Amino acid sequence: MTLHTLSVLVENKPGVLARVSGLFSRRGFNIDSLAVGETENPDVSRITIVVNAESSPLEQVTKQLNKLVNVLKIVELDPQVSVARELLLVKVRADRSARAQVLETVGLFRARVVDVAPDTLTIEATGTPDKLDALLRDLEPFGIKEMVQSGTVAIGRGSRAITAGPALRAA
Amino acid sequence: MTRPTPETLAHSARRARPGAGAAGDADHAPAPRPGAAPAGNRAVPAGADTTATPVRQSATAQVSGAGSLVRSLEALGVDVVFGIPGGAILPAYDPLYDSTVRHILVRHEQGAGHAATGYAQATGRVGVCIATSGPGATNLVTPIADAYMDSVPMVAITGQVARPSIGTDAFQEADIQGITLPITKHNFLVQTADEIPRVLAEAFHLASTGRPGPVLVDIPKDVLQAPATFAWPPTLDLPGYRPTLHPHGKQIREAARLMTAARRPVLYVGGGVLKAGATEGLRRLAEQTGIPVVTTLMALGAFPDSHRQHLGMPGMHGTVAAVYGLQKADLIVALGARFDDRVTGKLDSFAPDATVVHADIDPAEIGKNRHADVPIVGDARHVIDELIAAVTAEQAAHPAADLADWWTQLDDLRARYPLGFEEPSDGTLSPQHVIKRLGEIAGPDAIYVAGVGQHQMWASQFISYEKPNTWLNSGGLGTMGYAVPAAMGAKVGKPDTTVWAVDGDGCFQMTNQELATCALEGIPIKVAVINNGNLGMVRQWQTLFYGERYSNTELGTHKHRIPDFVKLAEALGCIGLRCENAADVDKTIEAAMAITDAPVVIDFVVGKDAMVWPMVAAGTSNDEIMFARGVRPAFDEDDI
Repeated sequence: MTLHTLSVLVENKPGVLARVSGLFSRRGFNIDSLAVGETENPDVSRITIVVNAESSPLEQVTKQLNKLVNVLKIVELDPQVSVARELLLVKVRADRSARAQVLETVGLFRARVVDVAPDTLTIEATGTPDKLDALLRDLEPFGIKEMVQSGTVAIGRGSRAITAGPALRAA
Repeated sequence: MTRPTPETLAHSARRARPGAGAAGDADHAPAPRPGAAPAGNRAVPAGADTTATPVRQSATAQVSGAGSLVRSLEALGVDVVFGIPGGAILPAYDPLYDSTVRHILVRHEQGAGHAATGYAQATGRVGVCIATSGPGATNLVTPIADAYMDSVPMVAITGQVARPSIGTDAFQEADIQGITLPITKHNFLVQTADEIPRVLAEAFHLASTGRPGPVLVDIPKDVLQAPATFAWPPTLDLPGYRPTLHPHGKQIREAARLMTAARRPVLYVGGGVLKAGATEGLRRLAEQTGIPVVTTLMALGAFPDSHRQHLGMPGMHGTVAAVYGLQKADLIVALGARFDDRVTGKLDSFAPDATVVHADIDPAEIGKNRHADVPIVGDARHVIDELIAAVTAEQAAHPAADLADWWTQLDDLRARYPLGFEEPSDGTLSPQHVIKRLGEIAGPDAIYVAGVGQHQMWASQFISYEKPNTWLNSGGLGTMGYAVPAAMGAKVGKPDTTVWAVDGDGCFQMTNQELATCALEGIPIKVAVINNGNLGMVRQWQTLFYGERYSNTELGTHKHRIPDFVKLAEALGCIGLRCENAADVDKTIEAAMAITDAPVVIDFVVGKDAMVWPMVAAGTSNDEIMFARGVRPAFDEDDI
C-alpha cells in the first residue's frame, strides 16, 4: 500500500464533503488525512485527500468520486512534482529551566512560538509530515501537553494550475 | 367471485371536474412529452427538448413553491405520479388537484416507488413518486435503492419539515438526503422556492441521461409555501456532470479486430443495451459476426430468446450453454453489463482464458470486478453502431475466424442440457409448468413483472422474451414485493399491453395492498401467485446447504390457507381465481386473460419441492454448475 494525494475540486455547496467522505468509507477506503477549503474561485472548494491504497482500488475510488455530480475534477498529485504541507500547533511544557532548549528546537525547525504561559510554550509549525514528525520527536522529551494537526494540503509545482478549465469556469 | 364496482375512479372524476386542467391561464397547459434530453445539452432541460412539437414559450409567473413544483412537472411532460400526501408535502397536493398530471394514490410509499420504477422500465420515461417527510420518505428507501441497483430513471419528490425546524428532531423529520446519499445518483435539498424549476429539470436530466438512476428532491414545507417566480425553461447548472456517450474510435477498432479474430467469442449483453434502446443494433451486430449471445437477467428481451444465436441467460441460474460459453470463451464482449457476482460466480475462476472488451456508459464499472483488456466508455447504442461499422471494415480487410467448432460445442451443450423440469412425483402442480403456460398463452407482447425468488428465476427461464422491455424484475437489490406495484406502474405506462405480475406467496404478502389502488384507479393488472406455501428460494438453499432444516420458511398459505389469496383478492376489489391442478392451468389463465376491466389474481397452488436448476452455488466457480441436483454437466474432458 502506498500513500496517494488526491486533489478533488468540488462545487462549494452544502453537503459535498459528506458525499466525498461517505464514498470513501462506503467503498472501504481509509482516509489518512483530509483538508478542505475554498479556492481562488469562491464557487469551488478543494479537498485534499491522502489515502492509503493500491493503485487499482484507487482507480476505482477515483472513478466513483468522479461520478459524484458535485465533483468537478480530480487530480492525483505526484509527490516528486508537488508541494505538500501540514500545519501543527503544539503546547509544550517549558518552565524556566527548559525554555531555552525548547526555543532552540523551535529555531532549528523554523517553527514559531505563538503563545507563552509561565510553564508552557505554544508552537506553530508547518512542513511536510516528515518534518513535523521530527519536530514532535524532538519536543517529546519536554512533555507535550496538547497538540492539533491539520490535514495535508498540496499543490503541483510549476506554472500550470489544475483549477483552469471550462468546467471550473462554468461553476 | 365478485366484480369490483369502484365507486370512484379518482382520475376520471378529477378530469371531469370543471376547471381542472385548464386553470384559466394559457400557460398552464402541459408541455408536449419529451424524449430523453440529449446529454451535454446544458442550456435546455430534459422536458423542454422537443423537436417534433412546438417548443413551449419561455414563461414567467408568480406562484407558490408548490405551484412551481407542479408546473415544473407539467413542463417536464410528466403524465403520472404515484404518491401519498402527508403534512410536509401537503402544499404540493393543492395545485396537484387542478393539474393535468395524474396522481395515483397508492397505499404505501414503497408501492409508489416501485410503481415509478415499473412505469420507467416499461416506457423508458422517468418514473415519478411523491411522499411526505419522515416515514413517507423512509418508506421510499427500498424502491430508491432498488432503482439505483438496476439503473432505473426515477425522480422521488419528498416533503421536508420547514427550514427552521430542520435539525431539531421535529415531528416527521428524517434526513432523507443523508439517508439516500449512497442509493441515489444524486439528491437535492431545495433551499429556495425560486430554484424549484431548475432543480426539477436537473433531477430529470440526471435521472434519464448517462447511466440512469434515481434522483431525490427533498423540499421543505415552507419552501413549498413561499411565493416564487416560476420561469421556464430554467438553465441547468451541472458543471460536474458530463457523461461520455461516444466511444473512443481506437478502442472500437481494437474491439472489432478481436471480434473478427476470436475463435470462441461471446457477446455478454446487460441491461444497458435495453436502456440505450440498442436492441436492433445488437441484433445486427450479432448476425453480422455470428457471435453467440448471452443476455443477463436485466437484459432479457434485448435479444430474442428464439434467436438461433441466443444461448440464454448466464449466471447462477443460467443455462449450461450460456455459463459454459462465457467460461470457455477466448473473447468476452460485455455490452452494458457489469460482471455481477451472480453472473461471474467465483471471480478468480471466471472465464480464465478470455480477453475482455468491456463497454459501459459508466467508467466506474469498467475494471471494477474483472480487468478489461479493451475498455470502452460510451452509450450502448453508439458503441454498437460504431462496432458494426468497424467490424464491417475489419471483415473486408481480413477473413473472419471460423466459429463452426465453437458453435458445434455450444449446440451440443444446448442439445444435451436444455432448460427443463421434472413433473413433481407427489402429484402437486408444477410451478414451472404454470409459468411456461402463462408465457405461451399471454405471448411475447405481454409485459411480465416478477418478484424475487424461485418464481422469478422460473419466469426468466420458461417464458420466452422476444421484445425489449417486456421483462421487469428487481435484479440487483432483489426486492421481494417488487412485482405488484411495479406491474401497476407498467400498466399505467402501457395501458394497452397485458401486464402479468408473476409473484411468489412470500413476495405477494409484502405489497399486495396496491391491488386496492389498481382496483380503484382502473389499472387491470394480472397477478399469478406461484403459491408453494414457503419462502421457496430460501427453502431451496435449506434443502441444499442446511441439511433440509426448514427454519422459518413455511408461510402457512398451504397448510392453513392464511391468507386465502382468493378472498384477499376479492377484498381488495380484484377478481380472485384459484388453480390447483395441471388440467385447470390453461383455462384459468385464459379466464384471467378474458378479464380486461379489473385486476385479477390467480392463486396457483403448487408443490413446495420444486427447485431452480441449473445452479451455480454462491461463492463457487461457474465450472461447478449443477444441471440438476447431483448432476454435473460433463464438459470438461472432451473439449477445448
